[in-house]
Amino acid sequence: MSDFTTHEHDVLVIGAGGAGLRAAIEAAASGVKVGLVCKSLLGKAHTVMAEGGAAAAMGNVDDRDSWKVHFADTMRGGQYLNNPRMAQLHAQEAPERVKELEAWGALFDRTKDGRILQRNFGGHRYPRLAHVGDRTGLEMIRVLQDHGIHQGIDVHMEVTVTKLLLDGGRIAGAFAYDRERGRFRVFKCKAIVIATGGIGRAYEITSNSWEYTGDGQTLAYDAGAELLDMEFVQFHPTGMIWPPSVRGILVTEGVRGEGGVLKNKAGERFMFKDIPENYKNQTADNPEEGWRYTQGDKNARRPPELLTRDHVARCIQREVREGRGSPHGGAFLDIAWIKEKIPGAKEHIKKKLPSMYHQFKQLADIDITETPMEVGPTTHYIMGGVKVDGDTQMSKVPGLFAAGEAAAGLHGANRLGGNSLSDLLVFGKRAGQFAAEFAKKNGNVKVDEAQVSAAAKQALEPFDRQGGENPYTVQQDLQKMMQKLVGIVRQEEEMKQAMGELEKLKARAAKVGAFGNREYNPGWHTALDLRNLLTVSEAITRAAIERKESRGGHFRDDYPNKDAAAAKFNLVIWKGDGGAQQMRREARADIPADLKQIIDDEAKATEVK
Amino acid sequence: MSQVTFRIWRGEGKEGEFKEYKTEITEGMVVLDAVHQIQAESAGDMAVRWNCKAGKCGSCSAEVNGMPKLMCMTRMNTLPQDKPITIEPIKAFPRIKDLVTDVSWNFDVKKRIKKFKPRPPDAPDGTWRMQQEDIDRPQEFRKCIECFLCQDVCHVLRDHHMHESFIGPRFLIYTAALEMHPLDTENRAKDLKDEFGIGLCNITKCCTKVCPENITITDNGIIPLKERVVDEFFDPVNKLLRIFKPNS
Ligand SMILES: Cc1cc2nc3c(=O)[nH]c(=O)nc-3n(C[C@H](O)[C@H](O)[C@H](O)COP(=O)(O)OP(=O)(O)OC[C@H]3O[C@@H](n4cnc5c(N)ncnc54)[C@H](O)[C@@H]3O)c2cc1C
Ligand code: SF4
Ligand code: SF4
Ligand code: FES
Repeated sequence: MSDFTTHEHDVLVIGAGGAGLRAAIEAAASGVKVGLVCKSLLGKAHTVMAEGGAAAAMGNVDDRDSWKVHFADTMRGGQYLNNPRMAQLHAQEAPERVKELEAWGALFDRTKDGRILQRNFGGHRYPRLAHVGDRTGLEMIRVLQDHGIHQGIDVHMEVTVTKLLLDGGRIAGAFAYDRERGRFRVFKCKAIVIATGGIGRAYEITSNSWEYTGDGQTLAYDAGAELLDMEFVQFHPTGMIWPPSVRGILVTEGVRGEGGVLKNKAGERFMFKDIPENYKNQTADNPEEGWRYTQGDKNARRPPELLTRDHVARCIQREVREGRGSPHGGAFLDIAWIKEKIPGAKEHIKKKLPSMYHQFKQLADIDITETPMEVGPTTHYIMGGVKVDGDTQMSKVPGLFAAGEAAAGLHGANRLGGNSLSDLLVFGKRAGQFAAEFAKKNGNVKVDEAQVSAAAKQALEPFDRQGGENPYTVQQDLQKMMQKLVGIVRQEEEMKQAMGELEKLKARAAKVGAFGNREYNPGWHTALDLRNLLTVSEAITRAAIERKESRGGHFRDDYPNKDAAAAKFNLVIWKGDGGAQQMRREARADIPADLKQIIDDEAKATEVK
Repeated sequence: MSQVTFRIWRGEGKEGEFKEYKTEITEGMVVLDAVHQIQAESAGDMAVRWNCKAGKCGSCSAEVNGMPKLMCMTRMNTLPQDKPITIEPIKAFPRIKDLVTDVSWNFDVKKRIKKFKPRPPDAPDGTWRMQQEDIDRPQEFRKCIECFLCQDVCHVLRDHHMHESFIGPRFLIYTAALEMHPLDTENRAKDLKDEFGIGLCNITKCCTKVCPENITITDNGIIPLKERVVDEFFDPVNKLLRIFKPNS
C-alpha cells in the first residue's frame, strides 16, 4: 500500500471559501476538533473574487425591507423551484450573519448615520447588499480567515481531496494529496462538510478559476449522495469579452446598480424592449425613472438592466444574434454616461467601482469613466449541487454535509446576485453546527484500508501512462464542447450529441498521462480533475435534456416557454449500482401556507405600486 | 501575432536553472496567459500559483524581468518582446518548485498579531455606528490581497533575511488596520516595538512602490505606527493618540 500521513479530526471541512470557513468556525466553536483543507492557499478561494455584496434584509437604507420581502424575491428569482425552507432560513438569518462579521472586524461601507450601507442589485426589491466598494468577497474571506486562525482549526493548505471514505454507509474520512510534495493524506473523521464551490471550468468562457472543477459534487455523488437541479447553470450577463485573453472575467452587476446602462451598437437601450410579465409592475418603463431608482429614489422602479441575470444574458445574446452586437460580439455597458447627471462623476465611479476601473484600465486599456465597456455572458455559478436537508445541510449519506455553491436548494432555477455570499454565511454556519452535533452524537469510525489503496492507485494512474494524451487538451475539448452544445441556449439535438461527445471524452480522459514527478505538478492535477468535470458535465447535460421548458438559467430554443407541469418537479441525479448515472423527477417541495401567503402578499404589494 | 522567447526558472528547492520556451503572443495577453500556454504546450509539470486572473487573489506573484509583479495583471505589450522575457519566483521566501515559493511564514506571522477586539456594541441590537470617513484609512489597508510582493522587495526580508525579528510591510499595515479600526480596543504598540521589529523599517518606501493595490503602505501605515510607538514609549505626555482611535 502506498505511503500516506493520517490526520484525525471530528469534523473535516473541505474548502476554505466563505462557506467552508464559516462552517469550520462554527464547528470549532462547539468544541469539536476541526480540520480544514483547501486546494489553494488560505484566503485565495473563489469567495475572494466576489465583488457586489452580500444580500441581507437589514433595512438600513430602506426600512420597508424585511426577511419576508427577501424571501419572496429569492423565490421569484428562482422561479419557485427553490427549497422554500432554505429560502426562508436564508432570508431570516442573513442579517444576523452579516452583523456578526462586523463583530469580527469587517468594515463595510457606511450609511450617513453610521450603519452598514446597502446597495441595489438585480432582482432585489430594495437596496439590500452589504458591501465594501466592489471587493466585498475579499473583505468577507479575510475577516473569516483572520477570525478562524484564532479558533484552533487545523488548516491543511494546498491539499486536494480525491475520494471520500465510508464505513458501512457512513462517512469515515477522506483521501487527499498535497500539491507541494504530491504525497497522500488520509483524514479520518466522523463528519465532513463539502464546501468546494462550483463547476465553471466545465465551460470555455467562465468567470471561475482552475479550482472550480466540480470536485465536491463528484465526491458526494461517488459516496452515494444525490445531486439536485444540475440543469441550472447561471450565465452572468456581463463578462469581459475583449481582448480574447480576458474573455469571461466578471464585470460586477454593481456597475448597473450604480447606474450603468446596456446599449447595442445603434446606441439603443435594448433592455426596455423585453420586460417579462411577472416583473412588469416593478420595472421602470423609461430611462429617467430607472436612473432615479439607482440614485435611491424610493418611488422609482428599477431599470430593466437590473432584471434577473438569466433574462439580461439572453437579451444580450439576442442583440448579438440579430446583428446589433458590439464589434467583438457583445453589448456596450456604459457607466461613463452618468457624467450627464452628476458632477464629479469620474471620481464617483472610481470610488464606487475601483476594481472595475482598475481591471479595464490595466487589462483592456479602457477608461470606464470615459468609454463604454464591451460585455457578454460568462459561465458564473451553478444553482444545482449536492441535495441536502434544508435545516441541517446533511446529504443522504450520514455524516456528509454540504454548503455554499456546492450545495443546492436555495436558489432554485436562478440565483439572485448577492444571495451567494449570504448563503455561504447562513448555511456554512448551519452545516458546521450540525456536522459538529453529528460528530458528537455518533461513535468512532474505521478507515478501510482497501478503500485507501484503491484511491491511491486511482490517483497514480496518470503516471503509469507515460506518453498518454495531454490532459490539458482533453480539458479544453470538454470546455469547448459544453460551451457549444450545453451553453446558454440549448436544444435537444445538440445536447444528445453532447452526451455522445461526453462518452468519447471519458474514454480519452481514462488514457491521459502525466509526466514529471509528483511535486507540485499541475499536469497531474489536471488529469485528476478531469473525472470530476466529466461527472458534473454529464449531470448537467442529462438534466438539461430532461427539462423540456425554459426557466431561469435553463433556456431551450426548442421549448422557449415555461411549462406549468415542469414547475412541479426538480431533477435528482445519483450514481446507480452499476456506476451509471440515474435520474428521477421529484415532486417539488410544497410551499407551506404561511410562506405562500408571504409570496402572494408581496405580489400584490408590487401590483399596487 | 508574434513568437516571444521566455526564460523561466525551473527547479526544485535551491537547485534549478532558467529554461527557454517560445510561444505565440496574441493581442491583450498577460504574462500569466503566456505561462499557461507554455504549460499546456510543452511544460505540463511547470508549477505556478494562480486563481482569479484578475488581480484579486494575490496568488500569481513572480519577478518578471526582475520586477516583482502579479503575472495576471502584467500585459505582454508592456514588456520588450525582442529580447527573452525572464520569469522567476519571488526572492524573499524559500523556493518550492519552479515559480512557487513557500510563503507559510506569512501565515505564521499573522497568527502572532493580537486579534480584533471590539468595544461593546453601540446599539441595543448589538450593532455599531461608524462614520465612513473614520474607516476610509483602515479600508485602504484592507484592500490588501496578500500577494506578498511588498515582503519580496523589503530589504530587511529580502537581503537581510530577518524573518525572525521583522514582520514585514504586509503585516505592519495589517497591524495598522487593526490599530486604526474605530471599534478595536486592543493595544499592539509593545508588540510592534519588541516583537514585530518596526524599528527595522527605515522608510525606503520600496514596498509602497510595488503594491498592486496602490496601498500607501509607508506614509499612511508604517509612519503613523512608528509615531504611535514613539508616543507610547518615549513620550508619556502624548498618549491620547487621536488618529488611531477616533471614537474611543
Ligand atoms: C468574479 C465573481 C464575482 C462574484 N460576486 C458575487 C457577489 O458579489 N455576491 C455574491 O453573493 N456572490 C458572488 N459570486 C459568487 C460567489 O462568490 C461564490 O458562489 C462563492 O464565493 C462560493 O463560495 P464557496 O464557499 O461555496 O466556495 P469557494 O469560495 O469557491 O471555495 C471553494 C473552496 O473549496 C476548495 N476545494 C475545491 N475542491 C477541493 C478539493 N477537491 N479538495 C480540497 N479543497 C477543495 C477550494 O480550494 C476552495 O478553498 C461571485 C463569483 C465570482 C466568480
Ligand atoms: S519602507 Fe520599510 S517596510 Fe517598506 S520596504 Fe522599506 S524598509 Fe521595508
Ligand atoms: S500590501 Fe500590497 S504588496 Fe503587500 S501583500 Fe498587500 S497587496 Fe501585496
Ligand atoms: S491570479 Fe489572482 S492575482 Fe493573479
